[in-house]
Amino acid sequence: MVELVLIGAGAIVLLGIILIVIYNSLIGLQKRVNNAWAQIDVQLKRRANLIPNLIETVKGYARFEKKVLTDVTKARTAIMSAKTPAESAKGDNMLAGALKTIFAVAEAYPQLKASENFKSLQEEFATTENKIAYARQFYNDSVMQFNTAIAQFPGNIVSGLFGLGKPKEYFRVDDAASRAVVKADFSDLA
Amino acid sequence: MSFYEEVAANKRMTYLLFFIFFIFIMLLGIVTSYIMDSYFFVPIFGIIAIVYIIVSYYNSDKIVTALSGAKLAPESQFKQLHNIVEEMAIASGTPKPKVYVINDTAINAFATGRNPEHSVVCVTTGCLRRLNRAELTGVVAHEMSHIKNQDIKVMTMAAILVGLTVLMSDFLLRMFLWGGMGRSRSSRDNAGGIMIAAIAIGLLLAILTPVIAQIIRFSISRKREFLADASGVQLTRYPQSLASALEKIKNDKEPLEAANKATAHLYIANPLKGQKIWMKSMFATHPPIEARIKRLMSM
Repeated sequence: MVELVLIGAGAIVLLGIILIVIYNSLIGLQKRVNNAWAQIDVQLKRRANLIPNLIETVKGYARFEKKVLTDVTKARTAIMSAKTPAESAKGDNMLAGALKTIFAVAEAYPQLKASENFKSLQEEFATTENKIAYARQFYNDSVMQFNTAIAQFPGNIVSGLFGLGKPKEYFRVDDAASRAVVKADFSDLA
Repeated sequence: MSFYEEVAANKRMTYLLFFIFFIFIMLLGIVTSYIMDSYFFVPIFGIIAIVYIIVSYYNSDKIVTALSGAKLAPESQFKQLHNIVEEMAIASGTPKPKVYVINDTAINAFATGRNPEHSVVCVTTGCLRRLNRAELTGVVAHEMSHIKNQDIKVMTMAAILVGLTVLMSDFLLRMFLWGGMGRSRSSRDNAGGIMIAAIAIGLLLAILTPVIAQIIRFSISRKREFLADASGVQLTRYPQSLASALEKIKNDKEPLEAANKATAHLYIANPLKGQKIWMKSMFATHPPIEARIKRLMSM
């Protein structure tokens, strides 16, 4: 009888330890997803904040369609007020399109291209663009690991038990926007 | 091998390295005690070995950067390099390492430190001048993978511990030469004993150093470089960038002045050029660049 009690107690303790280990690893993955998301958010806002500077620099040399500038501003507001990955992704796609147009137009102005200010801005945009892409890559990998862990066998039970919540949302690039050919319209430039 | 097994294997290898180093120094202590006819030297050597291991473990990044003549790169002056390092840190989900540069026209780079939280990425100014942004990113990604896999822990400790034995053998043999000339001036009684001990240890070290270098060659397996190339590509998702950087390194005939046998294995490509062919294959710390490029291009 004593043996049975001991075995039972041992089994409960073992089960408890296993639960703790799985729970901790799930929490670790969840934290990583949240941190990765924070990193994307930081970089998106950073890029949005570079925009007024870019517009000021470019204005002195080149003339744009009004629409490009309003598009950029609109995209910027969308990013700053976004709450979910989907909203941020949408604002980001709008912005990426508009920025491509600005840099394409700048190609036609050698003086602008040669200015130190513009060069350093170009590096700033390039690096922020890369950081966003890499942060997204890391975020999506983390989301995949988390989603797999809470869907697979012991994880699904533990996550159900402690209510770790739904699978996380991927940060998707809108295919239509990123695959579209960039059209630089010079027709209304004087 | 999974990522976690990789990290665990590196930790084991580091402890093994400490153990071998400790045994080696104790051996020297025993030899000294025997010659000096006093057991006093065994515990002294033991304490020195332990203190040395602890101090160098916690200051490994500083020691290696000092040994390589690397300087901290100010962000205002090396904006693009800092940007690239930060990009790769974001891609690998680790904190941004400190950024160092070596003022040398050769194209090379290394990473050091004891863990991702205390790590350093260092490139030559030749890298900055002769590689384009994508190529530099490929190189930094390779270094970032060494940091993430904790390869840096083993590689750095190997550099420092072996570096010490090389320096010691050098120092003791030199002392023997000096002492030999100075003996006529000061002829104390135990000077002869110290001299014999110094010569014995110096010779022992001179004989053992190539053996130790060989051990390092095995512990710092050349597979590590292939692995770091591959995990670097996992960060950039662009194998061509590193391949084209390696191509430029291959055609670069300049040796890196600040590199030596103790630190050579830290670099992305062998910094000691112009060695004899047989020397190269015997002490090779890196796989041939052609093989690495070929693997990158087939990804």
